[in-house]
Amino acid sequence: MLAKRIIPCLDVTMDEKGVRVVKGIEFVRLRDAGDPVELAKRYDEEGADELVFLDITASAHARETMVDVVERTAEEVFIPLTVGGGIRSVEDISRLLKAGADKVSINTSAVKNPELVREASSIFGSQCIVVAIDCRRNFDVSKGKYIVHMEDGSKAWYEVVIYGGRKPTGMDAIEWAIKVEQLGAGEILLTSMNRDGTKDGYDLPITKAISENVSIPVIASGGAGTKEHFYEGFVYGRADACLAASVFHFGEIDIVELKEYLKEKGIPVRV
Amino acid sequence: MISIVNYGVGNLKSISKAVEKAEGKVNITLDTRELKNSSGIILPGVGAFAPAIRNLEAVKDAIVEADVPVLGICLGMQLMAEISEEGGLHEGLGVVKGRVVRFPDSVGKIPHMGWNVVEVVKENELLDGFEKDYFYFVHSYFLKTDDEHVIGKTDYGLTFPSAVQNDNFFGVQFHPEKSGKRGLDIVKNFVRLCRK
Repeated sequence: MLAKRIIPCLDVTMDEKGVRVVKGIEFVRLRDAGDPVELAKRYDEEGADELVFLDITASAHARETMVDVVERTAEEVFIPLTVGGGIRSVEDISRLLKAGADKVSINTSAVKNPELVREASSIFGSQCIVVAIDCRRNFDVSKGKYIVHMEDGSKAWYEVVIYGGRKPTGMDAIEWAIKVEQLGAGEILLTSMNRDGTKDGYDLPITKAISENVSIPVIASGGAGTKEHFYEGFVYGRADACLAASVFHFGEIDIVELKEYLKEKGIPVRV
Repeated sequence: MISIVNYGVGNLKSISKAVEKAEGKVNITLDTRELKNSSGIILPGVGAFAPAIRNLEAVKDAIVEADVPVLGICLGMQLMAEISEEGGLHEGLGVVKGRVVRFPDSVGKIPHMGWNVVEVVKENELLDGFEKDYFYFVHSYFLKTDDEHVIGKTDYGLTFPSAVQNDNFFGVQFHPEKSGKRGLDIVKNFVRLCRK
């Protein structure tokens, strides 16, 4: 039986020392806690099933450096690696895959240019192409196509947002998810802005709704604060994978313990 | 020297780094003479069957006639079969019996992507030290073959051969180079086999 996946996400940025992980200060045993390669090795050892590198600066210079980080990671880390942030073209994708990434994640560029998803998946294969969908609840239900019931019984639709959540698009997230599957995306990385950074748990209504409307895997992202949240993401959100950043970086949740917990609760995980 | 066959499938970095990590020497090549002089051959695999078998044409004999250990990974394992149904009917290398077929829709999500359990069903040198472990898979087709060749099996809606062996030819449907520590252990076993 296919295992549910646990995916640490490393938000990386540029500073005077080069590419750095934004949140990584609690790993005191590491020589350099800010080095994405060191962190990636550590997560691999702890039993992470995949890794995501997200370039949050996404400048042209950062992209160059990212290729170097991916190369160094691929030399030492032998689990699947997804790279996202600022990917705009087939050339960007090709360089990252050649450097050793297994998948790339496309977000804003997919919204602005859906053909990129089609073109990239036909060239590199759907399994390489992850479309990241950022969304936010919109309670003006007259404007949405797919109306979702919230936990408290209220109704909303989910609007796709881009540029790191700064710009609403008017697009329905469920409709967009169905569309990217048709375009050839191999996976959806779903982040709800209503939960991102809150530690209140994943946004289960939209995770479940999208999982039920597409047949490609869905990665839940945004809001994980406890081990129970991962369980809920898999069971109630029907996610295939759960992604988190700060709870792992700050050592609040240990991946080994998390997997033991999930296994005891009957979730198939790789331990 | 272990040759990794470079038939234009793109990323060979992970597998060559994995072999180096297992203290094997790597040569990436599509040259008959170099293949004949190697102590082992790896057929990596990402991509589609038809273009891959076409690109292999020049070195086909060197692989089929090899008397050193040969390891096919993912598509590389499928290329070892007699025939594949991917993108029409195509003949494979024929070093392992069987036919490459697509998962029926009834199994669930296709491709079969992620970590799944490989259960060793026959003692063999490649999977020495393994019983049941998780490995990383990404594939939509699998090799349907006689039980005599099956050394490992996996469940995904149905039970399919996830590792096969015919004499010196080994195939794994999963990616040992993407399967963490246990994956590297398989690469180590293969490197050791190549030293014999």
